[in-house]
Amino acid sequence: MTPLQVYVEGIGLWSPQLADFAALRMLLDGATPAPPPARPTATALPPNERRRAPESVLLAVEVAGQAVAMSGRDAATLACVFASSHGDQAITDYMCATLAQAPAELSPIRFHNSVHNAPAGYWTIATGCHAPSTAVAAQRASFGAGLLEAVSQALAGQRPVLLVCSDSGGSGPLAEVTGCGQSFGCALVLAPQAGPASVARLSLSTLSGYGAAAALPAPLDAWRDANASASALALLQLLARGHGRCQLPAAAALGLDLGVEAVA
Amino acid sequence: MPDQMTPLAVTAYTASSAIGHGLAAQLDALRQARSGLRPNDFSSAPLACWIGRVAGLEDAPLPPAHAAWECRNNRLAWLGLNQDGFLDRVRAARARYGADRVALLLGTSTASIGATEAAYRRLDADGGFADADLQMPALHAPHSLAAFVAAALTLTGPCLTVSTACSSGAKVFASAERMIRLGLVDAAVVGGVDTLCDSVLFGFNALELVSAAPCRPFDAARDGISIGEAAGFALLERIETAPAAPRLLGYGEASDAHHMSTPHPHGLGAELALRDALARAGLAPAQVDYINLHGTASLKNDEVEAALLARMFPARTRASSTKGYTGHTLGAAGIIEAAIALQAIEHGFVPGNLGGDTPDPGCGPQFAWANEQQRVEVALSNSFGFGGNNACLAFARAGFAA
Repeated sequence: MTPLQVYVEGIGLWSPQLADFAALRMLLDGATPAPPPARPTATALPPNERRRAPESVLLAVEVAGQAVAMSGRDAATLACVFASSHGDQAITDYMCATLAQAPAELSPIRFHNSVHNAPAGYWTIATGCHAPSTAVAAQRASFGAGLLEAVSQALAGQRPVLLVCSDSGGSGPLAEVTGCGQSFGCALVLAPQAGPASVARLSLSTLSGYGAAAALPAPLDAWRDANASASALALLQLLARGHGRCQLPAAAALGLDLGVEAVA
Repeated sequence: MPDQMTPLAVTAYTASSAIGHGLAAQLDALRQARSGLRPNDFSSAPLACWIGRVAGLEDAPLPPAHAAWECRNNRLAWLGLNQDGFLDRVRAARARYGADRVALLLGTSTASIGATEAAYRRLDADGGFADADLQMPALHAPHSLAAFVAAALTLTGPCLTVSTACSSGAKVFASAERMIRLGLVDAAVVGGVDTLCDSVLFGFNALELVSAAPCRPFDAARDGISIGEAAGFALLERIETAPAAPRLLGYGEASDAHHMSTPHPHGLGAELALRDALARAGLAPAQVDYINLHGTASLKNDEVEAALLARMFPARTRASSTKGYTGHTLGAAGIIEAAIALQAIEHGFVPGNLGGDTPDPGCGPQFAWANEQQRVEVALSNSFGFGGNNACLAFARAGFAA
């Protein structure tokens, strides 16, 4: 197939070690960026929503806000794709533990925050966005599969799209099986055409029979092992360097071949 | 407004819910006005409500080759795939296009969370998962349904779980259309599966959205939803390959930007999704013969949706909710109701709005309160979800030209 091409206009990033995309650049340049506060600030949310929102929502809104600010776009106009391998593990842990002991005491707020599209809901409400929004998952391939969905939307609809991929750290018995121990989130604003805010051109094609992911330099490799969404680091480090090629999983046996070129 | 799209052929489809396994059973129940709802005998603790429970799942384990995926949700998926010759149609598509050229896009709200709930009911003495549960990590994730179905159908192309609550099973059609249009794949298996579990029964109950009686969509005295479970699938291909198949004419998606669990008071997102679907389909509202409504029997949804219908469509457009038959099947509702819309086209049959014995005064003349026999060229299906997530699908008879 002819590679699909989109333009990256904004990049958001948050983990316990990295406050934003600039921090990743510093790290790759050999410096030691200052870690962010323990909870993402998620300034796009009004203060009362920020207090009520679960951690998974704060994380997704934080990186979404960073990427949209960098793009200079109006968030209200952007279609959005929110990908996550596990949703809010802390809420799933709370719900399953409560249901096992006292099901009638289940919290209504925690239940409505448990839906996989809670970040998409909070984000569209906070930004007044009536554009299409979706929430997707694909196990360890959630970033690649979400990227494919977002690129499809950008090119088929000829409109800019916000992609967010995030997983908050797990807790309780569930965390034993998810293997997702620390938070990681990232976001990209993708446009079908080059524009004044374009920072890189991204070309994408699918690869059948994809196997294991390529090695990443330390400490990125350990961060990727600790969070399914952090498979995005392979692409994010290319965006930080301004060019290069990488491969990412998009399904159990399907990969994405990604090329990054600087935009003059 | 989006440009008109090239329609896609719906070359196979199937549905299984509380009103039966497969399309013939579904049509028969609709024709006989036979609800599948029954008093709740499912939850792990008593809860006074009615449910749409699929018969026979307890006695239908997965084949030994798929034993690693064993759970109620995947059993229902497997049962659904085995109806209406659907497996054979997928095998033929796989042989024709290649396993990596057929996308698999499935909607679910809670996937196999029932298996995670069960694991929490039998934790080890040290408070962790029991060994048997630790050995099935793929079941304790939102992608468990699509991952199982990909393995069962040996499809190796794009594979995505869409989980936008109750619009999930409709939005998969939109993702499929985009991937086929861009040439990423040549065909797509779309669908949705959700099963009864404590999370949704006690969760919707905590939000005071569950009726103690069988749900009554659009009835003046409606007092909440009945939760159901279902599995449905469809195969989408380019129309040149199947000129005689019914068509996906359009789709629309939009966000309310209003509230996490209450619809926009004027149905703003729902109307945007509906207008987008009509624009992609190249349709005027007067060309729509039947609309399968979201119609959950919650106070707010039905009020907002009835007003939207009354202000946008002429009296000749027929409309009904079929949740009085199946219950609200959440992430599967989109595909089950797409299948009902397709059956309305195929059989010239408008299902009546079961449970609306005393119509809400906000309901217009479009409502089919009882079954009607009439030709249906164009049918829509509405699906709205938590988080203000709205989707609308437009289907038409083969050869229909807008």
